Amino acid sequence: MRVFAIAEHRLGELNPTSFELLNLANKIKGDGTSEAVIIGDETLSNSLASHADTVWSISGDQLENYNPESHADVLLQLFKREPPDTVLLGNTSQGYELAPLIAAKLHCPIVTDIVEASPEQKGLTVSRYIYQGKLMVDLKISRTPCILTVRQGIFKNEAKLSGKIIKLKLNPTKPPKRRFLKLIEPEKCEVDICKADAIVAIGRGATASLQLATKLAALIGGTLAGSRPVIDSGLLTKDRQVGISGKTVKPKIYIALGISGAFQHTIGMKDSELIIAVNKDPQAPIFNVAHYGAIADVQEILPKIINKLEEHPPTPTT
Amino acid sequence: MRIFVLVKHSPSPESLLRVSADGKSLDPTCLTYDINEWDRYAVEEAVRLKEKHGGEVVAVSVGTNCDATLRKCLAMGVDRAIKVPAEPGFDASMAAEAVVDVLKCEAFDIVLSGFMSQDANNALVGALAAAKLDIPFATAVTELSVEGGEARAVRELEGGYREEVALPLPCLVTVQSGINEPRYVSIMGIKAAKAKELKDHPVKLGDATVSTERIYAPPTRRAEIISGAPLEVAEKLIELIRSKGVLR
Repeated sequence: MRVFAIAEHRLGELNPTSFELLNLANKIKGDGTSEAVIIGDETLSNSLASHADTVWSISGDQLENYNPESHADVLLQLFKREPPDTVLLGNTSQGYELAPLIAAKLHCPIVTDIVEASPEQKGLTVSRYIYQGKLMVDLKISRTPCILTVRQGIFKNEAKLSGKIIKLKLNPTKPPKRRFLKLIEPEKCEVDICKADAIVAIGRGATASLQLATKLAALIGGTLAGSRPVIDSGLLTKDRQVGISGKTVKPKIYIALGISGAFQHTIGMKDSELIIAVNKDPQAPIFNVAHYGAIADVQEILPKIINKLEEHPPTPTT
Repeated sequence: MRIFVLVKHSPSPESLLRVSADGKSLDPTCLTYDINEWDRYAVEEAVRLKEKHGGEVVAVSVGTNCDATLRKCLAMGVDRAIKVPAEPGFDASMAAEAVVDVLKCEAFDIVLSGFMSQDANNALVGALAAAKLDIPFATAVTELSVEGGEARAVRELEGGYREEVALPLPCLVTVQSGINEPRYVSIMGIKAAKAKELKDHPVKLGDATVSTERIYAPPTRRAEIISGAPLEVAEKLIELIRSKGVLR
């Protein structure tokens, strides 16, 4: 099977997801090939070649900045010449747009955010999470080509290859309707949660416990953080958001209060040294990431922890 | 301005999720349905655009039982609603096909939808519909304005980065949560909604592009569960916190 992986870059650097896509490509290609595609930055081809059988390095007019229409346009030109069986993209802000665009133009099946793929006699079976991580589903795709976007951080086992690099000059057939205006840097923040040794994080199930969580954070010398719904509701500022669109943290201890544990959050905290989760929902996927869990109401358990700590006041080390 | 908003009547992830005997679906009696979380933000944004620029907001939903969600949209300020009585399940391509069938019969300047659904989490229907209609689009938008025949949208990227893009009308935008504060449905709104139009738009959908083999609980469970009376649990948790040396 010919498996194409669409690499991603921003500000001159490859997104590490690009290598993970190639790892998956190598896993499922069988006696076929893994083929990386990089658009708009030839200098990055060499590092991709160590993971792929072939690297297609595409340059052309106005391809330097990501634009879904221009990038889809040249990819479709490439696929006309070199027909793929499977096309892999990151489940990223680029993949969200490029993948459906290609799928719609090729009239082919698309599945997003997959965490596993196995070749079958005819087609592929892929696995993905649904219901924000609470359940999984296996889907069978029997038509080729198919487009898949792949969750980050799953396919880590690297192959050592030395693929050939093929340079192609392809110009978009028409100017894109959508115009890129500017990249906006992350906002300057008043707190740096990445530096904290201890983090007390609240989620949707703990919005009523903000004061208690603040108190606990103060008692253990920790910093308060939150998952997306808490930031959306304005309870905490954006600089305290942990997750894919916020910060990635690795504190010594991470206390997740009322956080269900969708992937968008857990990717930002799963490497913490010790993760303790309190959630009243036993199905909450946070328990798949936490080291210790308590199935309990935050509002009930938190005052007890705080009372105990206040009985024997600890001295925070920081 | 003619504004369309795509909404899904969707099971809440907070429902009890019990896999049915066939292993391929969820026990419907345990599920509680409501408007998809992300779509609430899309409806609010659509109504705000209308309040600023005038015109009409039309809600479109695909599903045989989506009346309650469409009524909610009408109560939030949407002018009329179109229901496509079909069940595409988790197949986003089929849902997009249904939406495109409706939009091809209507004139519109901008289409809004939620960034993803809270059940399938595909984040596909809006983008696929835009691609099939050949109109420009942007996903995961956190700021939106329309001026002089084009939309300006700020998209969320990774790690706190964002990008601003311009989309000539007609265009489609998928809305990230937190873009606004969705209004609550008022009694007046519910009363007004009763007089508004909710019509069916039947479609004939093609074959499914993917088939569901199995639905199951995720295989891993790493956490050691601390059980006992709340006080015991609290004590054990304090012990754990102390073990990492953040407390003396």
